[in-house]
Amino acid sequence: MTDTLSTSVAYELKPEALHDAYRMMRTIRAFEERVHEEFATGDIPGFVHLYAGEEASAVGVCSHLDNRDTIASTHRGHGHCIAKGVDVKAMMAEIYGKSTGSCHGKGGSMHIADLSKGMLGANGIVGGGPPLICGTALAAKQKGTGGVGVAFFGDGASNQGTTLESLNLAAVWNLPAVFVAENNGYAEATSSTWSVASDNIADRAAGFGMPGVIVDGFDFFAAYEAAGEAITRAREGGGPTLIEMKFTRYFGHFEGDQQTYRADEVARARETLDCLLRFRGRVTETGQLSLEELDRIDAEVAELIDEAVDEAKRAPKPRAADLTTDVYVAY
Amino acid sequence: MADERIKHVTMPKWGLSMKTGRITEWLAEEGETVSQGADLADIDTDKIVGTLESPEEGVLRRIVADVGAEIPVGATIALFAPPDVPDAEIDAEVAAAREKLASGELEEVAGPTVATVEVDGRPLAYATLGDGEEVVVLVHGYGGDKNSWLFVQEKLAEGRTVHALDLPGHGESAKDVGDGGLDELARAVIGFLDAVGVPRAHLVGHSLGGAVVTAVAAAAPDRVRSLTLVAPAGFGTEVDGEYLRVFASAASRRELKPQLGKLFADENLATRQLADDLLRYKRLDGVDAALDKLVKTLLDGETQAIDAASLLGSTSVPTVVVWGREDRVLPVANAAAVGERAEVRYVDGAGHMVHMENPGAVRDAVEEAVRRG
Amino acid sequence: MARTISYREAINEALAQEMERDERVIVMGEDNAGGAGSPGDEDAWGGVLGVTKGLYHRFPGRVLDTPISESAFIGAAIGAATAGMRPVAELMFIDFMGVCFDQIFNQAAKFRYMFGGKALTPVVIRTMYGAGLRAAAQHSQALYPVFTHIPGLKVAVPSSPYEAKGLLTQAIRDDDPVIFCEHKALYDTTGEVPEEQYVIPFGEANVVRDGGDVTVVAIGRMVSVALAAADELAGAGIQCEVIDPRTTSPLDTDTILESVESTGRLVVVDESTPRCNLATDISATVAQQAFGALRAPIEMVTAPHTPVPFAGNLEDLYIPDAQRVVNAVKSVTSWER
Repeated sequence: MTDTLSTSVAYELKPEALHDAYRMMRTIRAFEERVHEEFATGDIPGFVHLYAGEEASAVGVCSHLDNRDTIASTHRGHGHCIAKGVDVKAMMAEIYGKSTGSCHGKGGSMHIADLSKGMLGANGIVGGGPPLICGTALAAKQKGTGGVGVAFFGDGASNQGTTLESLNLAAVWNLPAVFVAENNGYAEATSSTWSVASDNIADRAAGFGMPGVIVDGFDFFAAYEAAGEAITRAREGGGPTLIEMKFTRYFGHFEGDQQTYRADEVARARETLDCLLRFRGRVTETGQLSLEELDRIDAEVAELIDEAVDEAKRAPKPRAADLTTDVYVAY
Repeated sequence: MADERIKHVTMPKWGLSMKTGRITEWLAEEGETVSQGADLADIDTDKIVGTLESPEEGVLRRIVADVGAEIPVGATIALFAPPDVPDAEIDAEVAAAREKLASGELEEVAGPTVATVEVDGRPLAYATLGDGEEVVVLVHGYGGDKNSWLFVQEKLAEGRTVHALDLPGHGESAKDVGDGGLDELARAVIGFLDAVGVPRAHLVGHSLGGAVVTAVAAAAPDRVRSLTLVAPAGFGTEVDGEYLRVFASAASRRELKPQLGKLFADENLATRQLADDLLRYKRLDGVDAALDKLVKTLLDGETQAIDAASLLGSTSVPTVVVWGREDRVLPVANAAAVGERAEVRYVDGAGHMVHMENPGAVRDAVEEAVRRG
Repeated sequence: MARTISYREAINEALAQEMERDERVIVMGEDNAGGAGSPGDEDAWGGVLGVTKGLYHRFPGRVLDTPISESAFIGAAIGAATAGMRPVAELMFIDFMGVCFDQIFNQAAKFRYMFGGKALTPVVIRTMYGAGLRAAAQHSQALYPVFTHIPGLKVAVPSSPYEAKGLLTQAIRDDDPVIFCEHKALYDTTGEVPEEQYVIPFGEANVVRDGGDVTVVAIGRMVSVALAAADELAGAGIQCEVIDPRTTSPLDTDTILESVESTGRLVVVDESTPRCNLATDISATVAQQAFGALRAPIEMVTAPHTPVPFAGNLEDLYIPDAQRVVNAVKSVTSWER
């Protein structure tokens, strides 16, 4: 997206909307940076996969969604969860495996979900989300709610059979679905330029009978604009769209990944491409928000994250009896 | 030519679905003189265990069916003949019977004819045996159906038309019981009589059915020639509330089976098959809801909520009451509420299901009521 | 009123009556109607063996044909279930589970647990299993043990038309994911089925035949094989108690144990291949919990550890038959230490 287009989109958004978008992105960034620190101390069990750097995608898309709408996510799901309105403190507690977590400590980082907010869960299976979104989109269509389903998936999942089948099925059934391929350059340690045969993931869209669009994933306004168009198309019965967000992730595939397969793209991105930096620049340039206001949001978010970590650390673990609960509704 | 004096006793048809039965014990010996109606053999049909009363009078010359063998309905199980009929002829008759069985040429034993009528816009199922001007209508109790009269209907049908019906909420009738009240059920019975074109009938009712036919007599005495009340509800106050409640609420065989023992003087008559059949019925959509409503009609806390005694008192329809002394669901002490209004016949060794445990006693009671009516 | 209908008709009736009663019930699968986009008839097939025929026209918009994309449409059924629908998806042959198993065992089965008790996934996956139609190795397996193994799934295996209608009605009304396994060789068999709707609860075995000498547990189509064996054995004076578990998950172990406590002998008849199947599962449970009651080793009558052969004579050898059950029963009843 050109600078001028980006600016014009910025002007379309009211100050409250800009405020909310910034707060959301900052919350994700601060959450992930903090988890990165805490994980290094050894306090957090299992695997975590951090979303830092990709905030513009989650927030650019989810800004258009409400509780009628559903999203499916990936193992790198914290950003999607926060953007869809899942409680931040409950998320942190879940990552620590505590009973106050979003899933009562039974799911962990890769399975955080809140169905009441239409968040179908982070997913430990690459490509596990798109079929589920075909389902929720089908349900929305059958019930006539006007809701849409958005499947976030990575460049790795873009090659998974489940994803490709879902693209076709969504087009065949004309579902109110949006497929967001978050191409952060790597599927684990393998570069997407190597593993995706076509030049762009979005190029596949035509092959599946739907529109495809490539987005600078570091630009909130570009993401917002593309998502808005796709979501409106879906709501109005125009069928699915494939959006490809191009950006990079700031951390490893998982925490603990030495990332020896990478060069120095993270440093460059943080300095010149970062979505939060660019957002700040844009809205202060247009005069829609002030630096003071943005800084105040930063401070409030920092406090929220502090509290979340504190509370998570002090929260109780699940009881032994919880091991065998909730396998079924009734057995 | 076979001697005409040789009489075949065949496997009876107890209930619409019975195809085979197994003799579990012979109660008479070869060579013994047996009176008509005396206990001849215990038979297990998988659905029910019962005692066959001898249809023949005379000497039991040959037992044809071995204990434990599965015998189809209608096949010969024993032969009666006067002592002077030679053994060789008995042997020949046995061989002929065995051949008939092996060839599969048994005549279809006609059970009752099942049909439905519309009463109040809803289907009501019933089973009819016999053909005669006199009409007898059999009305089962809570949780039962028309098959509970299986030991009684056939004999009563000699020279009469006998209908056994499924009350609303039961058997193959519609499961909608309206408000589940006594009047609603009584109206269904009257509606049935209208639908089959019967102006006046002898009514027989068991348990809740007994209260229902009493209510019919009170509401429409001109339609009722006589009443036979078999362990009827609505007399006295004693009742096993737990039985009624758990029967409605039980969702599994484990919950239901212990309650079923209460129905009989001999708990062993409450078989797993009985429990399974009742569960099949209870799992039909709407049944448990219907039973819930009926429980509210029958029960007020731990006492009976119906007053059929007053209803009976308000009519002068000839009435006979039969009660098993070991009834644990509606205890026999309740019979005192009948007072002078009707003859009460007490049956030793029988529980709440007296029409199955001692069908002869119930048949006799019906015959008496019909005679007076 | 009960009347005689086929296993196929019983399943169709369960679907139709439940779709009538609950507008959230939708049906999807390959050729569940048949003819989508084609110039000829719509609802041309009504399912590859005609099980869903007629539903397409009776319930417009609620019977969805799908491309051959199991992971997508089975996943879609699961996703739709989480969003408040009651989908009945068809996995045409249980042998095809390989192309969609993740959605079933990693997604649907685990949502409730992983999400801390907050997810509801009331999906039914109907699927055909079993040998006997010369359909060969990739269309004849009995893979219900694999699903039984997964916590979070329920598995029903109806043996008769009565069972089929009651269990499917229960499956659709059940709030958990259910794998409903229909034996393809049973579709034309008939039995008494009430016209009205009814349910059979999961986890309740049916004692099909009473007997005091040996307990014979049989699954699905093997129930009729066990009954045929029981008839023959009765002639030899051996009374078999034949038990049909009806659902392998949950499994009614109480009824099986109660029976073995009384008979002291167990034979399990399971069409699936012998490693880690239901026969091993039931045998181990009984050996552990009723060891004292056992008077002979447990016998398992199963398929061999092979794929299903094509040639008719070989397939007939593959499937457990009444003679093998008779032999197994005679073995346990004549066993001496």
